[in-house]
Amino acid sequence: MANYQRYIWFTVLVAAAVSGLVSAGPVGAQEPREVRAFDRANDKGDGIVIEWEELTETEQAGTRDFKIYRSESPEGPFLPVGYVEPGNHRFVDTGKPVRDPDAPEGSEGEETGLEMRRNYYYEVARRMNGQEYRSGIIGPVQARPQVIHLGKLPIMIGTILFFLLVALFIQLARHGRVTYVRPIAGMSEIDNAIGRATEMGRPILYVLGLGAPDEIATIASYTILARVARRTAEYRTDLIVPCNEPIVMTIAQETVKNAYIEAGHPDAYNEDMVFFVTSMQFAYVAAVNGIMLREKTATNCYFGKFYAESLLLSETGNIAGSIQVAGTDEVAQLPFFVTTCDYTLIGEELYAASAYLGRDPLLLGALKAQDLAKAIVMLLIVIGALLMSFDIQWLKDIVTVNV
Amino acid sequence: MKRRIPMMIVSLTGILMTIQYFVPHPISEAFYNNALDWLVIIGIFAMPLGIYSMVRMQFTKIQRKSKGWGYSVISLISLFTMLGLGYTQKCLETGTFFMKIFEFIYIPIQATMFSLLAFYIASAAYRAFRARNVLATIVLAGAIIVMLGRIPIGEAISPWLPRLAAWIMNVPNMAAQRAIMIGLGLGAASTAMKIVLGIERSYMGME
Repeated sequence: MANYQRYIWFTVLVAAAVSGLVSAGPVGAQEPREVRAFDRANDKGDGIVIEWEELTETEQAGTRDFKIYRSESPEGPFLPVGYVEPGNHRFVDTGKPVRDPDAPEGSEGEETGLEMRRNYYYEVARRMNGQEYRSGIIGPVQARPQVIHLGKLPIMIGTILFFLLVALFIQLARHGRVTYVRPIAGMSEIDNAIGRATEMGRPILYVLGLGAPDEIATIASYTILARVARRTAEYRTDLIVPCNEPIVMTIAQETVKNAYIEAGHPDAYNEDMVFFVTSMQFAYVAAVNGIMLREKTATNCYFGKFYAESLLLSETGNIAGSIQVAGTDEVAQLPFFVTTCDYTLIGEELYAASAYLGRDPLLLGALKAQDLAKAIVMLLIVIGALLMSFDIQWLKDIVTVNV
Repeated sequence: MKRRIPMMIVSLTGILMTIQYFVPHPISEAFYNNALDWLVIIGIFAMPLGIYSMVRMQFTKIQRKSKGWGYSVISLISLFTMLGLGYTQKCLETGTFFMKIFEFIYIPIQATMFSLLAFYIASAAYRAFRARNVLATIVLAGAIIVMLGRIPIGEAISPWLPRLAAWIMNVPNMAAQRAIMIGLGLGAASTAMKIVLGIERSYMGME
């Protein structure tokens, strides 16, 4: 063979090799690198995380997606459990159904199932140019349930500190060292409003809102209802409590009944004072508005969880000329109550109402602790804002909750 | 004892539910779901009590010929009609008399009640925005800026108006809302703690 022919063959072979390198790359360069699989933290044992090295934008070129395989044995069979977009480098296997992107439209994926405390093996395949480049087998790895959610640690510490603060102030209150409590305008007006209703000989309407019986706002409302019922028992004023929820009604009945007994007027208690109207929001509004206009209630109290009905109720009461006192923890409804009611308990004042009305030193102690905690939070916000302005992150890291 | 046992149940449940929040273990989740199931079961058992209360109330009104007793008649007729139809027809099937009553009577009535809100907002806004003092004037000015900033004419008046509106909503408004939210969080935690510790007993009618 002539020298020039050898040269041509050599050039052709080099060109072929170079073109092959561009299209397929060197052996071992296309598969996902640094693949690792580990138990998902802070879960109930239902997740395994698979991570691999993140690809740069240039490296991503031509990648269709990553396909994750799982097996219960290193020998296989490996079945697909997920597909990940080229830009991502993390997959959480939860055993939920996975739909193959190649499957026809509308087809459902199959449940892949993941059991806790069972050994699993994984492979990550990079799909490009119609081929799969597999990472090699990773494992065994198990999904294990955790006993403590470490991401919630800041909440736990905060709760414990707050608990200790409350306990400390309760002790101080027991020894008579808590006397002053910030005034809440709406609270002192409740008694006046009951007095006004008594003078006018008209009933008092008490609405517990639309909240479930286990919501804090509803529970706080029971406590205010108990105080209101005690006063109405003492003054022999009629009390009307229409309820939106049968369980709330049952608890409210018991609360009012006990309050009348405590007040020494069990005979004044009437079972029809607290009654169920309906569970439907606007039907309830219609019924309560009807009661306001027919019975000409002198005082309307709205304490609890309120939604769109807040304005419909309080505006009707306003039109009827009733004295109105409201309190809710629904921030969106506060402007409506502020506009239409004579007094509104804003935010946590609703929860403080019971302590304020009862003047029980123990309750007042808890209220004091709450105020101090609020001051601490305010201080932390100011310090945090200052630190973040100088790009100092440690306080942010301490208080960040990873749920 | 009649009160001590319920209080002990409340305290124990409260403590367990607090712990449960920090434990992701399946046992903890099962406990939580079980408690929720109990709530639903109790709710179902309470429903007949609610219906009994409502029926008794309406009957009493009719018997005494109280003011507006005609409404009580309508309420009872509606209740028993829907109950009867509910038992004799497939309730959720379209075209049944039950669904027709629901779709053509109940839903329009509910929509009517809800639509009243627009008029009530207008009348409440009128009262709120009367410039009686400095604070009310600030509220009025804020409301005008926000309202104009959220409609196309605001942009036409000045391109700064939507930005100012967005700033009012995102900065002073958000700050106030978050302040309330923080207070609510602490207040809720404090109330829960008082109930768990047995200090707060007025929900049982006790001082």
